[in-house]
Amino acid sequence: MRLNKTSKKNYLTYAIVIVAYVIMQIVAGGGHLSSSLKGMLVPICAYVVMAVSLNLTVGILGELSLGHAGFMSVGAFMGTTAAIALQNAIPSAPLRLTVALIVGAVFAAIVGFLVGIPVLRLNGDYLAIVTLAFGEIIKSVFNNLYLGIDANGIHMSLLEDKTNLLEGGKLIIAGPMGIGGIKKIANFTAGFVLIMICLVVIFHLVNSRQGRAIMAVRDNRIAAESVGINVTHYKMMAFVTSAAMAGAAGALFALNYSTIVANKFDFNTSILVLVFVVFGGLGNMLGSVIAAAALTILPEALRSFASYRMLIYAIVLILVMLATNNPTLKGFFASLRGRFDKNSEKEASAS
Amino acid sequence: MSFLNFLISGISLGSIYAIIALGYTMVYGIAKMLNFAHGDVIMVGAYVCFLAVSKSGLPPVVGILAAVVVCTVLGMVIEKLAYKPLRQATSLAVLITAIGVSYFLQNAALLLWTPNPKIFPALFARTVDGKKVTGFQLFDGQLRISYVTVITIIACIIIMVVLTLFTSRTRTGKAMRACSEDKGAAQLMGINVDTTISITFAIGSGLAAIAGVLLCSAYPTLVPTTGSMPGIKAFTAAVFGGIGSIPGAFIGGLLLGVIEILAKAYISTQMSDAIVFLVLIIVLLVKPAGLLGKKISEKV
Repeated sequence: MRLNKTSKKNYLTYAIVIVAYVIMQIVAGGGHLSSSLKGMLVPICAYVVMAVSLNLTVGILGELSLGHAGFMSVGAFMGTTAAIALQNAIPSAPLRLTVALIVGAVFAAIVGFLVGIPVLRLNGDYLAIVTLAFGEIIKSVFNNLYLGIDANGIHMSLLEDKTNLLEGGKLIIAGPMGIGGIKKIANFTAGFVLIMICLVVIFHLVNSRQGRAIMAVRDNRIAAESVGINVTHYKMMAFVTSAAMAGAAGALFALNYSTIVANKFDFNTSILVLVFVVFGGLGNMLGSVIAAAALTILPEALRSFASYRMLIYAIVLILVMLATNNPTLKGFFASLRGRFDKNSEKEASAS
Repeated sequence: MSFLNFLISGISLGSIYAIIALGYTMVYGIAKMLNFAHGDVIMVGAYVCFLAVSKSGLPPVVGILAAVVVCTVLGMVIEKLAYKPLRQATSLAVLITAIGVSYFLQNAALLLWTPNPKIFPALFARTVDGKKVTGFQLFDGQLRISYVTVITIIACIIIMVVLTLFTSRTRTGKAMRACSEDKGAAQLMGINVDTTISITFAIGSGLAAIAGVLLCSAYPTLVPTTGSMPGIKAFTAAVFGGIGSIPGAFIGGLLLGVIEILAKAYISTQMSDAIVFLVLIIVLLVKPAGLLGKKISEKV
């Protein structure tokens, strides 16, 4: 079977993720992993999913979103709420985790759809600023949301705790205190499976009729519209898929900690994920995976520099952006790649 | 009377947002980039003024001047080192670099000045009978106005007028407008685009320093992240009024400040940010290019 360039690259991405998972499992099994790195495995998975899902919006759809952490927040809060509420109904932890991830994804998708209705009517920087605004609104809402559960069902209130729970009821989301007492049921394997599912979904979407329509909208909206592509429909499709994945990532992330607060998912988190995406290359899923993993570990790896580590992180970020956009270096890499391609072509014709 | 009080403090906060938003909007208009480090330049300005006045005991005017000079130079250096090499790069690459600069400034401030909050000195106060008076009262004490409020509003109006005159009358100002219309054509007309962009950054950063001093005079706690939230809000204000437009930044900033204070006073303190952003979304839905933004129809 001859593989075209795209599917070759997709299989390479799968292979790298699987190999990375196996290596980490072996290293962790041998007990060679430091505890701080071990604790970061699940967050790394969550950030990888966040990065590939944002890459769907920014790289494939071509719209800048500055509020991606908002969807992560929705997934985290709703998924964790589901996990706590179903603690007795579903005793099996992996099954409960699955349900929590699905609940997180569904709620994030619904919010993504509602946010998408106004957002996708705008273009460019105006769209970006409105996603930023929605991210901040979602943060404010969860900071002031009280949600409890008792024999009568679910009670919710905003601003003040007016849930009036019956005896035996439980307040799950406690406004600015967030959710406490979470059972840590997320694990590295679940994170790995989630990454694989997201990659499969994205690659199949991109390679489908719908995916080509989405990319046509990105490349030239007016031309796409004129050949009969329903722009809003396809924009919405990419946006909601991206939001759902971010929701699942949020649920995974939250279920790795014992407490979770809304302020964790602020503007800075959205920007962090955007940095992963741009660093890895727009539309390049493998790049996103590697960038998210590397940049999450980097501050940890710089621990020996103690207080200077974030400063070094910032300098690395600036220098890499300057280097990758330097015309001289770019030309050098292009010529290198050209030579490499020529060689591989020669090999192909020889065989 | 309390409404009037809230309105005045809203206008005062709005004036600060407007001054910051002017920096955003000018840089955006010319370099077509979101300068995320702008909020952190505000913070640097405030720290410089704090160090000059509280630590070195210099008079407030010198402190403010020092802040303006340091920030102007800082803005030009940032532009030269981080943004200029990326003139030809995609706007997202520049955005990430700006975020890198923002992280850098915040963490450098964290190392230089520690995370402990500093209490900003009362710059605008006069001594009456040995006591420091920071404001005056009207209507038998029902209406209290601090000097900071008055100075902020006056400063904002002066800056607005001077900037409008500058961009419409002077050669440099005209060059700036030409660059924002069409860089290539401007270059063909003999305008030095690089210098013009550099001047724009200098003006924007100088304004940021003034905004930082005013902001910290009104809300006197100073930490390395002081600038980031006002920065985001001011950016929102710039978009609100139509990004790239100087009167738009002024109106957007004022409206945003007033809405924020009134929402805090009458609806809910915790939800005020959400309300501000909700108003922004509604405005952008009705007028997709902001209040004073030009609607550019795409030609096919």
